Amino acid sequence: MNVRLEPRTATPGWLSPAITLGAVFVALFISGAIIAVVGGDPVRSYLHILDASFGSVGVLSDTLVKATPLILTGLACALAFRMRLWNIGAEGQFLLGAWGASAVVLFPLLPAGLPGIVLIPLMMLAGMVAGGLWGLIPGVLRARLGVNEIIATLMLNYIALFWIQFWVFGPWSEGGFQQTKPFPEAAWLPRLTDLADVVPAFGGLTVHLGLLFGLVAAGLLWLFLERSRFGYEIRLIGDSPRAARYAGIDIGRRLVVVFAISGALAGLAGMSEVNGTVHRLQDHISPGYGFTAVIVAYLAKFRPGRVIVAAILFGALILAGREIQPSGVPSMIQGIILFTLIVGDVLVRYRIRIDRGAGAPVMSLPSAPPTPKAG
Amino acid sequence: MDLGLIAAAGIATGTVLLFAAIGEIFAERAGVLNLGVEGMMLMGAVGGFSVTGATGNPWIGVAAALLVGGLLGLLHGVVTIHLRADQVVSGLALTFLGTGLARVLGEGLTNTNVERLPALTIPLLADIPIVGPIVFRDQSVLVYLGFVLVPAAWFWIERTRPGLHLRAVGEAPAAADAQGIGVHRLRLAYVVFGGMLAGLAGATITLAVAPGWFGDQTVNGRGWIAIGLVIFARWNPIRAAVGAYLFAAISPFILGLQGVPTILGAQNPFLPGRSATFFLEMLPYLFVIVVVILGSRAAARRRIGAPAALGVPYVRGERGH
Repeated sequence: MNVRLEPRTATPGWLSPAITLGAVFVALFISGAIIAVVGGDPVRSYLHILDASFGSVGVLSDTLVKATPLILTGLACALAFRMRLWNIGAEGQFLLGAWGASAVVLFPLLPAGLPGIVLIPLMMLAGMVAGGLWGLIPGVLRARLGVNEIIATLMLNYIALFWIQFWVFGPWSEGGFQQTKPFPEAAWLPRLTDLADVVPAFGGLTVHLGLLFGLVAAGLLWLFLERSRFGYEIRLIGDSPRAARYAGIDIGRRLVVVFAISGALAGLAGMSEVNGTVHRLQDHISPGYGFTAVIVAYLAKFRPGRVIVAAILFGALILAGREIQPSGVPSMIQGIILFTLIVGDVLVRYRIRIDRGAGAPVMSLPSAPPTPKAG
Repeated sequence: MDLGLIAAAGIATGTVLLFAAIGEIFAERAGVLNLGVEGMMLMGAVGGFSVTGATGNPWIGVAAALLVGGLLGLLHGVVTIHLRADQVVSGLALTFLGTGLARVLGEGLTNTNVERLPALTIPLLADIPIVGPIVFRDQSVLVYLGFVLVPAAWFWIERTRPGLHLRAVGEAPAAADAQGIGVHRLRLAYVVFGGMLAGLAGATITLAVAPGWFGDQTVNGRGWIAIGLVIFARWNPIRAAVGAYLFAAISPFILGLQGVPTILGAQNPFLPGRSATFFLEMLPYLFVIVVVILGSRAAARRRIGAPAALGVPYVRGERGH
């Protein structure tokens, strides 16, 4: 018996989404088996995740709060991955974005008492610039010096982590704690619960304006990728760098720009997180949003719209996963999902052929050309 | 601080990077990029540690680390070689999987102690002035295994017939195939071997260098540092060894600065508890970036780059992209 992979000539439209869905279920099944082996109760764990993340309007709102940074970092990764640029540095760019936003209110540069309408856009800008610059570093290193961007972005994640720790333990520390003083209230992103006076049903809902940033960014990124010349070039580079080079596209320049935009998106995620939830900069503001973003982008097949859906699913996993024991379960599930997704991808691209019997069929040789008659 | 002791510790921690980097060199020379080193190391670390705890025998722990490392390598190999999935994504998935699974399996192992691998002093060599006590006194057996592995790996890759086949499947798989070399089989074998070495690197941490299980902090990015070293070493085991030992020897000196009250008469800004200490903590990671820049530049200048078929699945009768 011989197993072969044959490229599909035509792929039915339902196949890819069906396999993606199937991959997620297979991953949950495998994870469940592992949970059972180490002595947990997979059914109860999964029901708990479902209930603690989608069970009521209140927890659904909390899920969306966790999904917000994942949408933005997921978009950051999706954009870079679309060009086959492996930005694994969304975590660091997220942290720098949070730092940049904090710098606006923590450095005594601006007059006190600025209204939110001025302060919030300034902090968005600062977060995006800081994240974008952090993303620019691996972009320039790759474009100019051919430095592998995976290594560079990963190392920059660690450096960003210590950078944040320096500020929250040192110059910005409030009374020696590992956090800064709270931002002025004008800088807080409005939450649904703030509207409870007008719409009582919104009372207690923590969803903040950052979600809107994520949705708008997804829409803009879709327009950029699908409707602009630059976006077309990025997709071309991703699909066939050689064709792009023949078409005269300056890949190095596109690469730097994409890295900067990607970093800016992740930076905005960091700003949205500090301004929308904790209202100050502190150590451990991210439970690995930038890493989960890699899987979100992959699950979404790099499509901005689907990033939103994938981000909500993983937001639920992060929210509810905090109470699941053992504590590594959510990260393990993420790894297994990524594996089943890439194996599923193979099934989308190739048809599996199993030849039974004695090996491959023998091809008949073309008959010998007729010998020209002498004469 | 005792410079000799720090240097000796550097040799020991360098062994961790050494195993991981040489394992990756084997996989990459065969044409398969495996970015899952961090995950494989964590699984080797937790596998070696917990099996040693259960059996009381660190050698069985080492065997377990080799086994889980090899199994994860097998997974990556089958997915990328036979199923032709993207090597970058599969490697990342391996890191996520290994990290999460290691944390699940390591639950309850923190603050436990297990038997360590024995440390040995080599009789005559340890008496060599200066170098002897640093390199050959009271080092773990795995450190000596590292000393042996480096020249062996170099000799295998560069001077033997199987090594020639290894290089052939990484540089010109179609030509190797035409010569009757089983490209897929050979690649799989070296990815599994690389995984075993990564598992061993993890066990070197938990059973020899820094015994104990500290969650994903146990490996703390060293898998990625090993991948960076491979680029710096331009896929040569001996250069990788130099890089690994140097890196490991320099890091404790830098971190050792935290223990000095004054530098050149001025108060030391890097004392623990003072915030500037975080800049010291950044240095190893910054150093990796610099080292990779140097490696990439040298590779570009001398036209010695990655193995030509690195990252490209081999399909008979099809030209690579």
